[in-house]
Amino acid sequence: MKKSIKRWLIPLGAVLVLAVVLVLVFAGGGGPSASFKIIGSNTVTPLSSVWAEEFMAAHSNVSISVSGPGSGAGIAALIDGTTDICQSSRTIKQSEIDQAKANDVHPYEIQIASDGLSLVVHPSNPVFELTIAQLSAIYTNQITNWKEVGGNDAPIVVLSRDTNSGTHVFFKEHVVQMPGLPTENKTLEYGSEVLFLPSTEAGVTEVARNPNAIFYPGLGYNTDQVKLVAIKKTASDPAVLPSEETVLDGTYPISRPLLYYTDGEPIGAIKTFIDYCLSPEGQAKVTEVGYVPLAE
Amino acid sequence: MLKPGTSTVVAASNTGDSLRRRLRLGERFIEGWIFLAGLFAIIVLVGIIAVLIKEGLPIFAHSSPWQFLFGTKWYPVSEPPTFGILPFFVSTLMITLIATAAAVPIGVACAAYLAEVAPPRIRETVKPVIELLAGIPSVMMGFIGLILLSPLVQSIFHLNTGLCGLTAAIMLSLMSLPIIVSVSEDALHAVPKEFKEASYALGATKWETIRHVCIPAALSGIAAAIMLGVGRAIGETMTVLMVAGGALAVPLSPTDPMTTMTAAIASGIGNAVRGGLQYQALFAVGLILFVMTLAVNLIAGRVLERQKRKFAR
Repeated sequence: MKKSIKRWLIPLGAVLVLAVVLVLVFAGGGGPSASFKIIGSNTVTPLSSVWAEEFMAAHSNVSISVSGPGSGAGIAALIDGTTDICQSSRTIKQSEIDQAKANDVHPYEIQIASDGLSLVVHPSNPVFELTIAQLSAIYTNQITNWKEVGGNDAPIVVLSRDTNSGTHVFFKEHVVQMPGLPTENKTLEYGSEVLFLPSTEAGVTEVARNPNAIFYPGLGYNTDQVKLVAIKKTASDPAVLPSEETVLDGTYPISRPLLYYTDGEPIGAIKTFIDYCLSPEGQAKVTEVGYVPLAE
Repeated sequence: MLKPGTSTVVAASNTGDSLRRRLRLGERFIEGWIFLAGLFAIIVLVGIIAVLIKEGLPIFAHSSPWQFLFGTKWYPVSEPPTFGILPFFVSTLMITLIATAAAVPIGVACAAYLAEVAPPRIRETVKPVIELLAGIPSVMMGFIGLILLSPLVQSIFHLNTGLCGLTAAIMLSLMSLPIIVSVSEDALHAVPKEFKEASYALGATKWETIRHVCIPAALSGIAAAIMLGVGRAIGETMTVLMVAGGALAVPLSPTDPMTTMTAAIASGIGNAVRGGLQYQALFAVGLILFVMTLAVNLIAGRVLERQKRKFAR
């Protein structure tokens, strides 16, 4: 028994030494010299991923990882120091800035693009326009049947993102609570019949399948299988469909900035990356992904 | 490894003493090792409980235990936030009960078939296949539920949406079935042959033997299987998050969309800043989930003890 162990000792040792040598060679030689993380908004993820791919193709010594659990999760990660860049689809709250300061983190805001929040329904749904007040009533479960807003006699299946999402918070503060309208009410919350989904894709999939569903994905997520609804600020305003033009000229009422947050002004590889994102070349990708580039 | 037999033979010879001492040393070493492993498991468990209590309890300074447990409004990102977990509690109970009620009879019957009725060849093919089912990642089960089962549930029950508690319960029963079948089959298989032979000798039929001899004799194993199945159903997160719908109302029927305690933790924890109110609330939810599973385990142990005593008589 002892002998058999001894017989294995030498080959085992050789394999270990070889493994250590290989690791050292690879870590020292061809490995990336800079790597950073982008964590946050599910909405910004497609854009950050395209930028990261293009940037890594041009700079082979940089490695970037992108993940999109939600804006709130990204800001929490920035505060906890577990991400280098936080991507967000809403501005940081004062309470979050205070928490960051307490952790000696200083959030620095950079707008990287804009987005129109589109309202989508099933293609067979006859409803083609809604007012902000109607949307608010739908998302607070005061209107529960499509016939109340000019559609079929069918219950409305209301879909929303969960609380991790910047879109969840943005939609609540800018649509459900109707800011700037006479009916503005800061205490309104999503109704308890609203379905909260873990990702934007899940919502678009359900709308494509369910004739009675409504959902609010970012412009970049729309497919041919869902129908866009035009939005009117009030009943007397013109109905506007979301597009690059209507978001840029401000006539589409539900639009928002897409943001990066870093701890202090960006430096080094992160600064090079963000400069690329804001360059004409980087902004051209914004249109490709389906969002609205920054005005020149 | 030395077989027990060899040690007695060698002990009689001259070198017996030193070998015996070495053996005893080896035994000591193994014993110590096993003791350390056991201690480690206990330390980790106590550590987890301590963290749950330390991070979770402070929430009760913000909302009273009554508000927290029986409140029906969960708005963690509002100003000011409110935390009421009754909807999650009811959803977890509802989904777990339905999943268990569906999985236990089917699972135990399947195990009895495999252990007592099926010819060996069928058992040897079917059992590994069932055990393979247990290895399917939960995100895949969620995906199957989302794509295949939810449209089916929607059309059968004429629902507004197929993303509901029932869909989740069906997926969960499918996920706990393999565990229940596999573990109870092992327990039934281990029932001594003499028990069965005695039963047949008294003129009992196959069904009577299974019902009155095999299942009672294997009861502790079957109960362990059921506990594992229930544990999986209560603790499963990904599948439920994907197919249960995620509404915040207290569900009145299994066909309502709902959010379980695990799904609430998973969908909120990424957003929660360490030490913040939402973070504490989610840890408190975890604490309550832990107390629930503990209670289920204790009750099952009690019931089992009583059953065993009855059988021994």
